[in-house]
Amino acid sequence: MSKQFQFKLVLLGESAVGKSSLVLRFVKDQFDDYRESTIGAAFLTQTVTLDDGTTVKFEIWDTAGQERYKSLAPMYYRNANCAVVVYDITQSASLEKAKSWIRELQRQADPSIVIALCGNKLDLAARRQVTEEEAKKFAEEEGLMWSETSAKSGEGVTEIFTAIAKKLPLTAPPSARTGGARAGPARTGVDLNKQANTTDGQNEPCNC
Amino acid sequence: MDEEYDVIVLGTGLTECILSGLLSVDGKKVLHMDRNDYYGGDSASLNLSQLYRQFKPGQEPPAELGRDRDYAVDLIPKFIIAAGELTRILVHTDVTRYLEFKQIAGSFVYRDGKISKVPSNEMEAVRSPLMGLFEKRRAKKFFEFLQSWKDEDPATHQGIDLDKDSMKVVYEKFGLEPGTQDFIGHAMALYLDDDYITKPAREAYKRIVLYTSSMARYGKSPYIYPLYGLGELPQSFARLSAIYGGTYMLDKPIDEIVTDESGKFIGVRSGNETVKAKQVIGDPSYFGAGKADGENGKVRVLEQHKVVRAICILKHPIPGTDDSDSAQIIIPQNQVNRRNDIYIAMVSSTHNVCSKDVYVAIVSTIVETSTPEREILPGLQLLGPIYEKFVSVSSLYTPTSSGQDDNIFITRSYDATSHFETVVDDVTDVWKRVTNKELVLKKREVEVEA
Repeated sequence: MSKQFQFKLVLLGESAVGKSSLVLRFVKDQFDDYRESTIGAAFLTQTVTLDDGTTVKFEIWDTAGQERYKSLAPMYYRNANCAVVVYDITQSASLEKAKSWIRELQRQADPSIVIALCGNKLDLAARRQVTEEEAKKFAEEEGLMWSETSAKSGEGVTEIFTAIAKKLPLTAPPSARTGGARAGPARTGVDLNKQANTTDGQNEPCNC
Repeated sequence: MDEEYDVIVLGTGLTECILSGLLSVDGKKVLHMDRNDYYGGDSASLNLSQLYRQFKPGQEPPAELGRDRDYAVDLIPKFIIAAGELTRILVHTDVTRYLEFKQIAGSFVYRDGKISKVPSNEMEAVRSPLMGLFEKRRAKKFFEFLQSWKDEDPATHQGIDLDKDSMKVVYEKFGLEPGTQDFIGHAMALYLDDDYITKPAREAYKRIVLYTSSMARYGKSPYIYPLYGLGELPQSFARLSAIYGGTYMLDKPIDEIVTDESGKFIGVRSGNETVKAKQVIGDPSYFGAGKADGENGKVRVLEQHKVVRAICILKHPIPGTDDSDSAQIIIPQNQVNRRNDIYIAMVSSTHNVCSKDVYVAIVSTIVETSTPEREILPGLQLLGPIYEKFVSVSSLYTPTSSGQDDNIFITRSYDATSHFETVVDDVTDVWKRVTNKELVLKKREVEVEA
């Protein structure tokens, strides 16, 4: 029987580097040139199937714009198993910002978190300000995964999420890693939704 | 910051965050600011170093308490009633996906120097040590009466009119002793004083039914609690607001509430910048709370009373609670010759709010004398040895106006009740004043899983 895992993945990076576009490409294989900053959908899931049949379900948390004025809540980092820190290869300042997010993760998140540094907007390589060598060197020093992507063309997107899935510790019992996954079957606490629906008639799904 | 907003919300306490979330979902353009660099305002949960910084400045947390980041100590002790209104809002807005809840293990009441489990139905009442044999029979009849009550069936009313007869009449009908009235009124209906006894019984009836139906929901107690502390609640509603377009700015000093010559709200000034909006909502601390001359010479909030709270760190569960990992203990006012109840809320590492083998108990009451710390002694004495104690006295404020004339809407301070029902009342009330419509909870559209 193939194994199934569920992980919480958080996105970080400066505004407008393409965090949401990257996820949209990964989850729905779509791209929107004029996408406004994130509204409405900040909780997506996508499943990656590895070569041995193991499936890894990512529960992806978008910042919902709360990174703009340094207002991300501690809840965001809580129980995150992996993080994708995005910068824009055409903006060298965005790499500096990515570095400060990585320091924030090292301070706030679980020490076992898997971090991937991701240089987005590879389709605009002609206007590149951040060299591959520079970013790669930093990633190696900090022990991070690194790659470049284009949410617009799709290049490298599936690859980076698959690489993260492979790197996540898949040997420990699943319960050890689903702690942060609120939607997963492994939650140990009380389930408000279930109870509220079965014992309370006024919470029927359709009294909108 | 030269955009104009529909609503500016000041302070990220739970009341403000729920309102911000609901307004954003409703399509309003919301700017939410806080002077602190953390979420939660008065309803935040602090780690150890934040706790010591706030209450014992200059003193380092002892190393034996464990890792700083393992702590999330609530400033305001409250539990969520399982079948209550906050649960309904959590479910309807779907913020439950960001949170995980556990039960509070037990609900206890103090009587004649001892604590006992609060019976929640006629079965438990029969076994409870709180009552003698004959009293048990009377209590059983009382609970049966409440449980079988149907508004449309006069046969179930046994001659009582809940809207006219006072609770005193109901207690007398069943011949309940004062001590039984104490635990019913204070540990089940959760009244803080005895004023309810002379009022129509309907409200007390509803509260007792809420207690018993909450008890029935998960079994151990009528209360649930979010893992990692109550501070998770405002954060989750802030995220809801942000997902629906709300803009968040922490660590932003608020220097002035700008009004026109007629006193109507124009905007909020922070440093040299002024952000404009149609309306402002905020907690009392942004509107002159604690200042003699109010906010810019205008008194917008009044002190109602004061609450004393002692956050106590223990190295053992509270004696007499069957080693419960969490508990609520109510000390009814009559039992200790007071006007207001004392109550204790205790949580532990089971709820991811402290290190293993540490227990955090908060003892609180409404201040009646000039020596508030002595007033909570009966509560402190139930705890056994106290490893560390942080005592504070805070004022509770209420707005002086509805805000409908000047578009300035002020929320109330978190009161001394042991639950969030009054917080939801305030949310509903402010919502109605801000939007001129009733709050109707809509189920949030849920993203289809890929």
